[in-house]
Amino acid sequence: MLAHRKTSRMFIHLIVLGIGILMIYPVIWMLVSSFKPDELIFSDPGIWPKRVTLEHYKNGWYVVRDTTFGLFFRNSFIIAGIAVIANVITCSMAAYAFARLRFPLRRVFFACMLMTVMLPTHVTLVPRYSIFHSLDWIDTYLPLLVPKLLATDAFFIFLLVQFIRGIPRDLDESATIDGSGPIRIYLKIILPLAVPALITTAIFTFIWTWDDFFSQMLYLSNVKKFTVPLGLRLFIDSQGQSSWGAVFAMSVLSLVPITLVFFFFQRYIVEGIATTGIKG
Amino acid sequence: MLKRYRGAWIGYLFLTPWLIGFFGLILGPMIYSLYLSFTDYSLLEAPKWIGLKNFETMFQDRNYIDSVKVTLTFVLWAVPLELIAALAVALLLNKGIRGIGIYRTMYYIPSLLGGSVAIALLWKNIFGVDGLINQVLAYFGIAGKGWVSHPDYALYTLIILSTWQFGSAMVIFLAGLKQIPSELYEAAEVDGANRFQKFWRITMPLLSPVLFFNLIMKIINSMQVFTSSYIVSEGTGGPINSTLFYTLYLYLKGFSHFEMGYASAMAWLLLIFLAILTGILFLTSKYWVYYEDGGRS
Repeated sequence: MLAHRKTSRMFIHLIVLGIGILMIYPVIWMLVSSFKPDELIFSDPGIWPKRVTLEHYKNGWYVVRDTTFGLFFRNSFIIAGIAVIANVITCSMAAYAFARLRFPLRRVFFACMLMTVMLPTHVTLVPRYSIFHSLDWIDTYLPLLVPKLLATDAFFIFLLVQFIRGIPRDLDESATIDGSGPIRIYLKIILPLAVPALITTAIFTFIWTWDDFFSQMLYLSNVKKFTVPLGLRLFIDSQGQSSWGAVFAMSVLSLVPITLVFFFFQRYIVEGIATTGIKG
Repeated sequence: MLKRYRGAWIGYLFLTPWLIGFFGLILGPMIYSLYLSFTDYSLLEAPKWIGLKNFETMFQDRNYIDSVKVTLTFVLWAVPLELIAALAVALLLNKGIRGIGIYRTMYYIPSLLGGSVAIALLWKNIFGVDGLINQVLAYFGIAGKGWVSHPDYALYTLIILSTWQFGSAMVIFLAGLKQIPSELYEAAEVDGANRFQKFWRITMPLLSPVLFFNLIMKIINSMQVFTSSYIVSEGTGGPINSTLFYTLYLYLKGFSHFEMGYASAMAWLLLIFLAILTGILFLTSKYWVYYEDGGRS
């Protein structure tokens, strides 16, 4: 019986490991291929490079004249950084109001907020573009950042409301008796205790903004303002598929920040997905 | 009444950013785009009222019909495949084997990276004429095709890309499986239940709320796929409209043909379709989703 159990355990390990390797093989192959000479990319499906070159990283970095991927990375970091700060502040403010404060129409607004969680963004797309166009904001970062400053990512508000509801009300009440107002309670009690949910909000805002190809393509046209996803698109626009090595090299670099965030904050990501069903 | 809301201003103070965003960037634009869907609008000129013409045109527009077909085909394949893969692997990992953390990471990585332009580009290469798949096939003496450039196969490469990202659904299933009390299985074993019975009588009913949630989220997300189809088809939806996703066509109509009234009409039909579908799923849920508080309610 015991021996039987051991072999079946081994068997499960083999299956799970086999499928797992198959799953991440493409990513590892891309990483290795970014160091292979071009002709080997098209002939060598293995992951042991026969020859190694750094050529692709150099060529990819200088994809267009007068600009480097360094600039695209800087731009992406600026946008993602501001988006993270904006979302953490404005979503937690809204969540605090919904979870703890009393005011007329609170339930109505809360229902409105919940409904926008599932709303397809395309329904607001054309009017938003036309608003930003009339404000002369096209080809600036404002159309990407102002929605974050106005707490339009309802999903995070919902997540934070759930979390704040779990913080014992006694803490608020004793602070009120000590003479603290709602603003002090928000700053001194709610925010510090909601740190895990705030970190989840920050991480997913970062990942989604970093990957957000659609809005960035829609609103940015000057190469100097391009972000990393738009930089990668330049490869299909300008050179066809002539240099897959360079495409892979820059693709690998573009995935580094997200991968690092994942390895540093793995616990928050897994818990965030498991408890809220967020799309990772 | 007044006393109850004393200091209500402070609630509105905290809600101010959201209120401006809700009215200015969500509700207002929604109503405006409903209006625009009955107009001819090119951004630079004022919208011109044309009644139902956009909707009439849509049903004679070959490209629109193709985009609906492509999107529905995608959803019908990608959503079940992804959920089945996620559930199957979650069940395997839930057997209490060692090293579950490492496996979970391995399976989650595609979900983490999959939405990026980088992975879409990788996919374009992998399923290209000289790509990884054909190199492996050549090893076995099989001559492959240019999968992404063939109208019969291009969409399926995107279905594979989506299925490949089953890791996040798997993490949700794993969390759901952990919630099932082991006493239930022990009691069933005492009663002589076999594996099959345990799965269908205990695991599935108790997991059904999680499955239901995953199903709705996957459908909504799959209806709005954009990046991968844009990158793999180089922004055309080709070959021969085979990857012309709904949102890609909407984008092309609105922002390269500047038929923004038409694009708004498309967006509203998508919203209505999703609302009806979600509504139907909620209505049928009482027959197959099990909620512990109150049994099958």
